[in-house]
Amino acid sequence: MSILVDRDTKLLVQGMGRVGQLHTGLSLEFGTSVVAGVTPGKGGGEFKGVPIFDTVRDAVAETGANASAVFVPPPGAADAILEAADAGIELVVAITEGIPVVDMLRVCAALRGSSTRLVGPNCPGILSPAEKVRIGIAPYPIFRPGSVGVVSRSGTLTYEAVHQLSVLGIGQSTCIGIGGDPIPGTTFIDTLREFERDPATRAVILIGEIGGSAEEEAGEFVASEMSKPVVAFIAGRTAPPGKRMGHAGAIISGGKGTAEEKIAALEKAGVPVADSPATIGETLRQAAPDAR
Amino acid sequence: MNVHEYQAKGLLREYGVEVPPGKLALTPEDAAAAAGEIGGTVVVKAQVHAGGRGKGGGIKLVRSPDEAGEVARSMLGMQLVTPQTGPKGKTVRRLYIEADTAIERELYLALLIDRATQKVALLASTEGGMEIEEVAAQTPEKILQVQVDPLLGLCDYQVRELGFALELEPKQVGSLVKLLRGLYRLFLEKDCSLAEINPLVVAGDTVTPLDCKLSFDDNALYRHPEIRDLRDPDEEDPRERQASQYDLSWVSLDGNIGCMVNGAGLAMATMDIIKLEGGEPANFLDVGGTADAERVSHAFRLILADSNVKGILVNIFGGIVLCNLVAEGIIHATQSAGVKVPIVVRLDGTNAPRGREMLQSSGLGITPAVGMQDAARQIVTAVQA
Repeated sequence: MSILVDRDTKLLVQGMGRVGQLHTGLSLEFGTSVVAGVTPGKGGGEFKGVPIFDTVRDAVAETGANASAVFVPPPGAADAILEAADAGIELVVAITEGIPVVDMLRVCAALRGSSTRLVGPNCPGILSPAEKVRIGIAPYPIFRPGSVGVVSRSGTLTYEAVHQLSVLGIGQSTCIGIGGDPIPGTTFIDTLREFERDPATRAVILIGEIGGSAEEEAGEFVASEMSKPVVAFIAGRTAPPGKRMGHAGAIISGGKGTAEEKIAALEKAGVPVADSPATIGETLRQAAPDAR
Repeated sequence: MNVHEYQAKGLLREYGVEVPPGKLALTPEDAAAAAGEIGGTVVVKAQVHAGGRGKGGGIKLVRSPDEAGEVARSMLGMQLVTPQTGPKGKTVRRLYIEADTAIERELYLALLIDRATQKVALLASTEGGMEIEEVAAQTPEKILQVQVDPLLGLCDYQVRELGFALELEPKQVGSLVKLLRGLYRLFLEKDCSLAEINPLVVAGDTVTPLDCKLSFDDNALYRHPEIRDLRDPDEEDPRERQASQYDLSWVSLDGNIGCMVNGAGLAMATMDIIKLEGGEPANFLDVGGTADAERVSHAFRLILADSNVKGILVNIFGGIVLCNLVAEGIIHATQSAGVKVPIVVRLDGTNAPRGREMLQSSGLGITPAVGMQDAARQIVTAVQA
């Protein structure tokens, strides 16, 4: 089992450019059922046996795709997300980095109350080792099937945590990158709620960073709603205020969104926070000795 | 991206928001001429990207063109230190000469992106002229907030409610409604991340922006060349600017250990672990997912441009890119950039042992490390030696 994806996930890839093709190939290699690609004007073609369509609506009608990975460059990305939602795709994962915030405000408002879940943007996507589903760009060789859920605002830091777990012999149920942008489609809380319900997940690693208050809100949720152990790491203790640290959402503004505040809030909620990025896996093992 | 007050006010005018008459001045002669043209008492305002200018002597009232020229002469070229500039201050290169404005009351007004509600928030307070963070800490009940549905936009009734709550007279409320129609349109159309008017002065029947700060979403600049043109290179860190030309994400820091990392989160975590091990990072640098030889050598040159740097930590989590290829790129870049300081490279991922062996045997003084902690310890030891 896993969250958001499973063996019935039929993936379509929006934006079959160089990067979209590379990751389509890697997802196929991993065993994911990639059923369609969409690039307007390239309909009728194919890539490694995957048919390409002009529109998401055509792709869904022909292939029954129920999930989408968006690789469309920033100027067209918000439109691509809305196209997928309008065609009835249940899960849209936006990998694209650099979508204007105002576009995401509109997209998130439009999706509220719809049956489409958006993950991202500016994220590595979703990977479930046991279900063989890889949506996005995560390096699948470092993952192994197991019982730890990982949710993170950062891509490579997710890989770091997964690598540490795998080296300790602990596998992962599902890893979700919610992305480094200020307006994400899916929040920590949305994901934690799913992990709490998922029988395959025994414990969760939450990886946050400076900016916003999503980690504080997640802490409150863990304290009041979760029975499974959750551990965390927060990046950016040494980040100067007022500077954007790579991710659009990673900024301490007006003295708010510091790592210290987040760590204090999580610890108060009973979530152990790893001091060092090198001990994320170890922190999980101590909090959840039965995790495999 | 931030702009100067005079540029922000120019945009306000474009959107039908009335602001006091004012002119940009780059020389004392300009300043005197502008003061004469505007007439009467004028205010000479230093243009730097920082608030609290009045406290540092960057805002002065003058009564004649001659006095405007004199004040401008002393202000241009000065290092203006305000609570927001840090102790070094900022060099004043531009002045804004503005008509003096009558003040009955001072309010605070801002539009910003509220991350928690995923809406645009309109904030207002009766405590104009104060830092909003200070008001939030001391008297949070004085901050009024309106949430704007992104699909509906800001409605006039929301502004009226706000205006009456701020105890404005009916005609002043009308003036506020007009101002916010323009400001909200500007906010959305130009992709602002913050539009702050502090203070908004109330006098007679109108409300008027006395100072205005606009910040723009960097991710949206591609569709606003006219905003990109407002960029003032003197206000930016030269290496941050250079890095952005190579599409590298960079922030300058004060330490002596240069960092090169793939991924923003891992780059922040690398700075954190250097500090934990007793060192000080010199920079934040995300080289991105494709850490090829060309990007890596640009990155080395940027790091080495800082004479404080005594050592470099490279932290690459090879996922899809094979580590032996990353190692090849690092070796090539080290040679071409002529790196003389110790380099510790942490490489993990596919083919990592082979990559480390290549680095070790390169004869370039590169120390391969296993894991982040080992890497951080080694570089901290190396720069302290």
